[in-house]
Amino acid sequence: MKTISISLSDASNACHEEDGRVPKLKLPLARRQFLKGSGVLMGTLAAGSLLAALAPSPVWAVPLKKLNEAQGRALLAMGRTIFPHKKLPDAVYALLVKDLDAKAAADAKLAKQLSAGLADLDRAAGGRFVDVAAAEQLKAVQSLKKSGFFETVRGQCITSLYDNDMAFAALGYPGSSWDKGGYLTRGFQDLTWLPAPPQTASPPSFLG
Amino acid sequence: MTQFKHNDDSVVVIIGSGAGGGTLANELCQQGIKVVVLEAGATQSSASFINDEWKSFSQLAWTDPRTTSGSWRVAKDFPTLPAWICKTVGGTTTHWAGASLRFQEHEFKTKTTYGDIAGANLMDWPLTLQELEPYYARAEDKMGVTRTHGIPGLPGNNNFRVMYAGASKLGYGEVHTGNMAINSQPRDGRAACLQLGFCFQGCKSGAKWSTLYTELPKAEATGNLDLRPESHVVRIEHDAKGKVSGVVYFDKHGKPQRQKARIVAVAGNSIETPRLLLLSASNLFKDGLANSSGQVGRNYMRHVTGSVYGLFEQPVHMYRGTVMAGIVRDEARNDPKRGFVGGYEMETLSLGLPFLAAFLNPGGWGSEVTEYLDNYTHLAGMWLVGEDMPRETNRVTLNAAVKDKWGNAVPNVHFDDHANDVALRDHAFTQGQRVYEAAGALKSFRTPPYPSTHNLGTCRMGASAKDSVCNAYGQTHDIKNLFISDGSQFTTGGAENPTLTIVTLAIRQAEYIAKQMKARAI
Repeated sequence: MKTISISLSDASNACHEEDGRVPKLKLPLARRQFLKGSGVLMGTLAAGSLLAALAPSPVWAVPLKKLNEAQGRALLAMGRTIFPHKKLPDAVYALLVKDLDAKAAADAKLAKQLSAGLADLDRAAGGRFVDVAAAEQLKAVQSLKKSGFFETVRGQCITSLYDNDMAFAALGYPGSSWDKGGYLTRGFQDLTWLPAPPQTASPPSFLG
Repeated sequence: MTQFKHNDDSVVVIIGSGAGGGTLANELCQQGIKVVVLEAGATQSSASFINDEWKSFSQLAWTDPRTTSGSWRVAKDFPTLPAWICKTVGGTTTHWAGASLRFQEHEFKTKTTYGDIAGANLMDWPLTLQELEPYYARAEDKMGVTRTHGIPGLPGNNNFRVMYAGASKLGYGEVHTGNMAINSQPRDGRAACLQLGFCFQGCKSGAKWSTLYTELPKAEATGNLDLRPESHVVRIEHDAKGKVSGVVYFDKHGKPQRQKARIVAVAGNSIETPRLLLLSASNLFKDGLANSSGQVGRNYMRHVTGSVYGLFEQPVHMYRGTVMAGIVRDEARNDPKRGFVGGYEMETLSLGLPFLAAFLNPGGWGSEVTEYLDNYTHLAGMWLVGEDMPRETNRVTLNAAVKDKWGNAVPNVHFDDHANDVALRDHAFTQGQRVYEAAGALKSFRTPPYPSTHNLGTCRMGASAKDSVCNAYGQTHDIKNLFISDGSQFTTGGAENPTLTIVTLAIRQAEYIAKQMKARAI
């Protein structure tokens, strides 16, 4: 069975293309990893959820290099406001924080944009963004939708939220099919709630 | 591996190894002609292709810097990525979906058929469907196109089943699993389709035709092909008489090389091809090679495109099986009563989760987007592709303000939708949504154009040297030993996916070049 990486290193390298394996994580984290960064985001996967069953541990953690924990929490909540998915656990949105943090660590201008943008977000929320109700969070984000800060976060969501094994599992996308032999014998014609087209339109499969 | 000398001026140099260049290379090699193919990209294989959308994009796509301008939506959504085409051996035949449709008769005669349309630079092709038919037949045989030459159609997947049900209810009659260059049964040493669902990422079973593992190895087997990957051509040179004499390129070590040539054929796709002609400007050809008409880079076409994704109560799993699994052809006709000239095809299309998130609604956010992604398994998808109007002002130019890694001006792609394009797209969106409604969709979404995959027309063929770049054989009017061998030749774009026509023209061009060489005309 494929296990799910919470991705401490580079999420894009987490899956070995050759055999589709995802390396297991050594959780809980070593103490020194906490010490290196300026913050750490932690959480747990809901017991009994699909992801909890697949993940090597119910605990996830993302050490931060540049952002502090409060900023990380705010970005996580902002990501969930921009792309609100009931099916995606916080662990997926934490990947957004991880990726933005990595970029901020390498790019002072971006770090400044994030820091200033998060302050704006708190102001727009009339308090700490993470503490206000979802409807207020949406209003606050909407008020910033023309800003470069918003576009940075929204753009990062596209690759951070939807290109990882947790999102694949939660939203029902199986990813690579070659290693499983494709769909020729695995349901490419299993839709039964509509009539099958005639053979003139859709001839039978070649099965050797 | 055959190797020709850099100073061997008897070779034909082909720039690009995709549908046009790869096919031309094989056709020439089969006739005993020595060919050097210079391909900017690296060599991949079915084994190295990756079933992962972003990783595959990095592996195959042409991501050298480009800029955009104009009012088209792509310039806003993807300002540095006007086209989704490839830089790899085999070119965009690694990425294409396989749809192989002949142009319709009237699409070679748009000026005659559509008449004068303000703001459109319509022109009849200098050839007819009848002239091309035998070459179309050869191309279909070569590529193993389903529903031709006794090759059965492919089995339709769930995504097609939804399309078929909706289209039938609407009364559409020509609905089937298409004419695809994907093996429905083993053929030409390649296996039958395994319904992998990753056609765009390079076919790992080799069932889909690509020059990478058909034309190019066949050409190499003749001993007449010297294929040089990772060789980026920066200039075509000419002699004092104005005949082209060779090309300058950077090899895989980044070293500049000069390859002499008897003939040069350019097949770099419709952005790089005109760019290279413009970059090769000289004292003799101040506006770029073969550009006495001023038409090099102009009349850039990209097809009117858009997608519709339908959301259903019950599962579809559109990602299972061939990406372009079926087609509705009824709207491909020219029927100006619909409010526009030309027509369009409706073809199933699916994206994996990562690319659907990127392309469903670029710039969009909120529950409007997440509702579709949350229901990923319950979506059906189709692509709409129709004829766009050629316009002189839609063009590829050199943007001197931005340089690539070799210090050359990058191409800028300017495009404004013509009113006819807008009307056609709107009609296609409406009909696409009606198809899904008829199949029981809860709702459906109009997805704006992806970066262009069908890039056409920037070195158009025509009867007169005054208003076109090349003749009916792709031979440039100005320089007899310089040929255009890709979709840049297209006078107009038709409604159909262009690859079959590119291959067809390449077969015909090879025959012409061989005759001309034999007659010592070039």
